[in-house]
Amino acid sequence: MTQSLRQFQDGFAHALRFEACEPDAGAVMAGLVSQPGFAVYRNTVMKGCVDALQDNFPAVARLVGDEWFRAAAAEFAAANPPDRPALIDYGARFPEFLDAFEPAAAVPYLADVARLDRFATQAHVSADAPVLAAAALASLSEDTLARAVLHVHPSAQWRWFDAMPIYSIWRDNHAAAAAQPAADIEWISEGALLVRPQFVVTSQLLGVDGCAFLDACGRAEPLADAAAAALAADPDADLAALLERLLRAGAFTQIEFHGSSMQEAG
Amino acid sequence: MSIAQRNPSPPALAQPAAGALRDALDVAATAGLGLKPQHYDDAVACGDAGLWFEVHPENYMVAGGPRLAWLEAVRARHPLSLHGVGLSLAADADPDVEHLARLNVLVSRFEPFLVSEHLAWNTWQGVYRPDLLPFPRSTEALHRVTANVQRTQDALQRQIAIENPSHYIAIEGHDYSEIEFLTELSRRSGCTLLLDVNNVYVSANNLGFAAEAYLDAFPGDRVAQIHLAGHSGDPALHETLLIDSHDAPIDAAVWQLYERLVMRIGPRPTLIERDDRIPPFAELRAERNRADAALRSPHAVGAAR
Repeated sequence: MTQSLRQFQDGFAHALRFEACEPDAGAVMAGLVSQPGFAVYRNTVMKGCVDALQDNFPAVARLVGDEWFRAAAAEFAAANPPDRPALIDYGARFPEFLDAFEPAAAVPYLADVARLDRFATQAHVSADAPVLAAAALASLSEDTLARAVLHVHPSAQWRWFDAMPIYSIWRDNHAAAAAQPAADIEWISEGALLVRPQFVVTSQLLGVDGCAFLDACGRAEPLADAAAAALAADPDADLAALLERLLRAGAFTQIEFHGSSMQEAG
Repeated sequence: MSIAQRNPSPPALAQPAAGALRDALDVAATAGLGLKPQHYDDAVACGDAGLWFEVHPENYMVAGGPRLAWLEAVRARHPLSLHGVGLSLAADADPDVEHLARLNVLVSRFEPFLVSEHLAWNTWQGVYRPDLLPFPRSTEALHRVTANVQRTQDALQRQIAIENPSHYIAIEGHDYSEIEFLTELSRRSGCTLLLDVNNVYVSANNLGFAAEAYLDAFPGDRVAQIHLAGHSGDPALHETLLIDSHDAPIDAAVWQLYERLVMRIGPRPTLIERDDRIPPFAELRAERNRADAALRSPHAVGAAR
């Protein structure tokens, strides 16, 4: 008997995901799945997902090795197939998956390293935007500055990691030709900032004060409030040095004063 | 510190795209190459006459960054073809509006001389499967695919070309042969056809038909582009099950079929595809130049008259 196109696609999609046909899928689908060539479709779909994850999470793959990574990625892909054809964006939920993935329990930093891999991808493909030049702030009065809002650059990604040197671990494993892993990684809390001012993604350590500062800027809070947030996170924060460092990194795209804004290419 | 990217950093400033008019003149029937990120520098520098490049638009559906800058740089020197893998035109569903919009942005920006897609489906019920899946070529399917191609052409305001996929299993319920289906689809929707000679070879091998007879029967006047790629045997079943793996040089038998085809239908823009085990640029360029020479052979040129 003839199936509709819809019935065929429902049955085929199900058979791709599961070894067995649905019992009511009928003889037609069983006749397809039993052919050796059906495995080509299954394998190609899975390989496409796993290859994309390996491209998108290079430091994780380097840390655990190909075999472990591809097995974990296959489990992730089976439960979280892509929802769109642009696979550069695939794996948004991979870090959370690793958080809960029991075989990864012995590698407690893996999910956070995945978060930095994801940051690198996001910074890589984010919208282009001008960088706010440090000089734009130089001539401003303290009062004007306090009420101004710094807009974070669209490529900027940052996060504070408690109790683990996630940034150092990630940095030593990200580049395909990474320099020899640092002999000693000090086991401390670390934050990271990734940003792509123009064409190249750059990364650096960021303190808990800097993370709190950028969090506040990300919420469009004025500079005074962002400074207060940084000091609350770290009473010893050197705000002038922090701001200068963030500006130099290209973390902001424009400054806004009471509704008017200015931007300056760096 | 600076971290290594998948792509090398692009030139500081890309030239503006060269415009469609030059392409209409230049891309009459020369050979092109699939563009790989590791070959961006070579692609920009290569001055071979008539050389064009092709990319999957899905890899450039990003907000910004070096990928787009590189594609701009390549496009400033060479014509470009966009070969989609994600529209899922044979699904019993309308093409995704957001995907079409993203494709349209790329078409407007890069002014490709050709936009193509496959006679296949992959996105279905909210899930994308990175493959080109088969379906029964029924009358219902012909109506659906025709409507989807028309919708795409309306959205892009241009003709697209549809490619014959590789086949791995025999399906019951076809009302049309693949050639009949593609011919009807082309007639009803106004689309052109993209003939992948390697896919014909692989499918003929796997399903047990004669590749020569298929190619001899294909409507040459509808062919806007030809694809050539390498294939490999299934790890367990070897030559009884060939896979369209794009990970090897083009097979001698596929070259023969190609030369036979262009002698019959005349020269058409021809793409060399390689997506895995990417060799140095010079190796792909040599394959490209072989195809280009076949297009300029007196037999091929004579067939066009």
